[in-house]
Amino acid sequence: MSDSPNGAASVDQLLTIVTRIAEQARPGEELEVYASRGVETDVRAYGGEIEQLSSASSAGVGIRVVSDQRQGFAYAGTLDEGAIAETLAEARDNATFATPDEFLGLACPDDVAPASLDLWDDALSSLPTSAKVDMALELERRVRGGDPRVRQVDAADYGDMAAESAIATSTGITATARRTICSLSVSAIAGEGTDSQTGVGFSAGRGPGDIDADHAAADAIKRATRMIGASKVKSGRCVVVLDSRVTSTLLSVISSALSGEAVTKGRSIFAGRVDEEVACPLVTIVDDPTDARAFGASTHDAEGLACRRNVLVDAGILRHFVFDTTSARRAGTASTASAVRGGYATTPTAGCRALLLSPGPLGVDEILAQVGEGFFVQSVTGVHSGVNPVSGDFSVGAEGLMIRGGVLAEPVREGTIASTLQRMLHEIIHVGNDIEWLPGLAAGQTLAVDGMVLSGA
Amino acid sequence: MLVDPAVVERVLGSALSRGGDFAEVFVEDRRAIGASLDDGRVEELSSGRDRGAGVRVVVGETTGYAHTADLSESGLLLAAEAAAAVARQEGGTRTVALSPSEPTRPYDVTIFPEDVEKARKIELLARADDAARSAGSAITQVSAGYGDSRRRILVANSDGVLVSDDQVRSRFSVSCVAMGDTGMQTGFESAAFTVGFELFDTVDVEEIAAAAARRALSKLSARPAPSGEVPIVLASGSGGILFHEACGHGLEADHIAKDASVYVGQVGSQVASPLVTLVDDGTIAREWGTFAVDDEGRPAQRNVLIEDGILTDYMWDYLRARQEGRHSSGNGRRQSYRDLPMVRMTNTFLVDGESDPEELLAQTPHGVYVAKLGGGQVNTTTGDFVFGTVEAYLIENGRLTEPLRDANLIGNGPETLRRIDAVANDFATSPGTCGKDGQSVPVGTGQPTLRITGVTIGGTAGE
Repeated sequence: MSDSPNGAASVDQLLTIVTRIAEQARPGEELEVYASRGVETDVRAYGGEIEQLSSASSAGVGIRVVSDQRQGFAYAGTLDEGAIAETLAEARDNATFATPDEFLGLACPDDVAPASLDLWDDALSSLPTSAKVDMALELERRVRGGDPRVRQVDAADYGDMAAESAIATSTGITATARRTICSLSVSAIAGEGTDSQTGVGFSAGRGPGDIDADHAAADAIKRATRMIGASKVKSGRCVVVLDSRVTSTLLSVISSALSGEAVTKGRSIFAGRVDEEVACPLVTIVDDPTDARAFGASTHDAEGLACRRNVLVDAGILRHFVFDTTSARRAGTASTASAVRGGYATTPTAGCRALLLSPGPLGVDEILAQVGEGFFVQSVTGVHSGVNPVSGDFSVGAEGLMIRGGVLAEPVREGTIASTLQRMLHEIIHVGNDIEWLPGLAAGQTLAVDGMVLSGA
Repeated sequence: MLVDPAVVERVLGSALSRGGDFAEVFVEDRRAIGASLDDGRVEELSSGRDRGAGVRVVVGETTGYAHTADLSESGLLLAAEAAAAVARQEGGTRTVALSPSEPTRPYDVTIFPEDVEKARKIELLARADDAARSAGSAITQVSAGYGDSRRRILVANSDGVLVSDDQVRSRFSVSCVAMGDTGMQTGFESAAFTVGFELFDTVDVEEIAAAAARRALSKLSARPAPSGEVPIVLASGSGGILFHEACGHGLEADHIAKDASVYVGQVGSQVASPLVTLVDDGTIAREWGTFAVDDEGRPAQRNVLIEDGILTDYMWDYLRARQEGRHSSGNGRRQSYRDLPMVRMTNTFLVDGESDPEELLAQTPHGVYVAKLGGGQVNTTTGDFVFGTVEAYLIENGRLTEPLRDANLIGNGPETLRRIDAVANDFATSPGTCGKDGQSVPVGTGQPTLRITGVTIGGTAGE
């Protein structure tokens, strides 16, 4: 059997495998079988040559067993029949060690029809490796030749992947999904004298026709060159304007507090606050995986339910959380079809896929003009160590440019910005209209937040 | 043997059939078990196996890589053919003769985790839950995790290397949520070592749970951290992440080769306070970043990176060492058979100094005492790095006073290392997971208590 996804027939074959296993459920036992496979190509150009060319394919299966209100899980990095049988036996054995949980259970089919989404670009499968290599080489050339201050391009990468998955349960769920992603990413080092600064640019889409080397190159160059001469800034409280990528990162952090799993376990700043005002009225947060423009778009969630649009925060009022089946039962509600999983080796949990802040009226330049004085954050670091979605404490490393007289001014490095997530949500003063669909689970757009502490010298 | 050496020889020969300079086969068989307790229940016991091989072909400055989960000769040959696609020469067979070697094992596992009943692993979780909850009624949530893995690898290459390793790791962690008048706080503690189930002969899960709970409880009364530049005292153990970020990554030879590190051209120069001697050592028995051979078949070794503040060497993998005509320093690692190896740290630590840790603190009139650090991140090109506190206190008149809420600290590598003005003699280590270019590997860090005269802390309180 092929390890590669290669069209509709291939994903049907995957569905046949998982259905056959799910049908082996014993009386009183629920079985969920998930299988996926994918191919990837990664090319890195350096110094006008190919530095690395990797082609990878992987496949695997993850089996969840629920019996006597107890869950067991096992996985294997293969679709080999014998290995799958062992995996099923192992999952069954594992279930006997869990504590019974009355809310535990697999998804059952509901009446929601899946959105019609085209997340697969056939052009990718017919793209020869030599064309991928050329794209990486060309990307590097454009950055090196794009500005005399560019000293080095430490990575110019082309990457793609085609993945497909199928899920079947003994509760009547069957679903398949397939998608492609194609991307260019480049890291530029620009400098003058002893000063070196970095900037990353990228472009991503479903297929080779969606990626734009000029955009990626220009972005990397702009980000690296405008930081040349950066220095530390004096500490103080100010308005910060977040670049769209930073906003996407911020939304991703907030999303973990919107997970029904975190909420039902008392591990979220939003627990117990439904119908309360958790943000200023400018803030409407929607998770909509049925929007094909989102990188996280999907017809089905990780438990096989049809994905749907969920309004989580409406004009500042907390309305709902995202739930998978078990967390929904625990909360006394229905799944929002928001089960996500990291692949065949992990179990589903509740999470967002396609977050978007409803856009305001202004673009980035108009927001800068309105703000007048403040700090524009180009990139942040230490998000995993400096943001706590349980306490809400927010403190991250930041670099960017001061805003003076409504325009970007001198660059700043080695700073931090700090507040709490609760306070930041209340102090959002502008939501940009410049939506940028980014890889990950949240779109980006310019965001202005008041009352943040900028620390430096 | 994961794969018959005769098959490996033929696969290597095929990988070089188009004229590569170097070929390598990396075979991995990894089994792992994880168990988690949350919200008072053992939620899940999970087990799995991933097995496969990666073939690498190097031609000039170009590397081709392909992997497969099919360990049959035909599966391996297909991967070899795909990896060899970067070489353009026509036809030709190459013969590779392997000479097996037996590496020195840093440690002998006494209890293999697969020989331990699952019930005994689960029982540890319940004990941790009880211990954390008994730390105080303000503890509202506890999660505990147990994990073990056994990773058997085989590495063979066209230089004749044929070597295997068997890496057994065990870990245990607890995280708690405490609820108080000003909201919720979290606490985390873990133990992770390259050992078998005998870990629990020396590590007490109740103590881990109590430490996590205490950390969450202590922060309930915490005030916002200051903002701006302050003197910092880093308690021994988890502060090793400072060196991992402030200079470790910047000393990886791949960043050096691309001029993407502030430490380029600095060998022989003073890059840190004379109190700093920094070592990366993959041979230390039991530590989280330890192994017998790295993922390129090179024995682990002890490498002195900075001696008395002078930069002595970088860390090397096969590819970067080859470009410089030297040997790898045993720092070639990869997350799995699906990934290319690259320069990675093992256990990176600052060696003991001479100060007494209590005196060091007493001689610090004001500043911030960081009892425990979380993660960090660095831009190797600029040298700017961050690391986050998960337990910190204000220092006033040489004594710890109020607990502080979590915050990130930001500094510049060489500048911060020069500002270390006291190093104590209470060395301790701490496990971590290091991410680079999308790959995660287990690493150890460590350091004695030390003081830095000024680091920017990103709190919200005015100075």
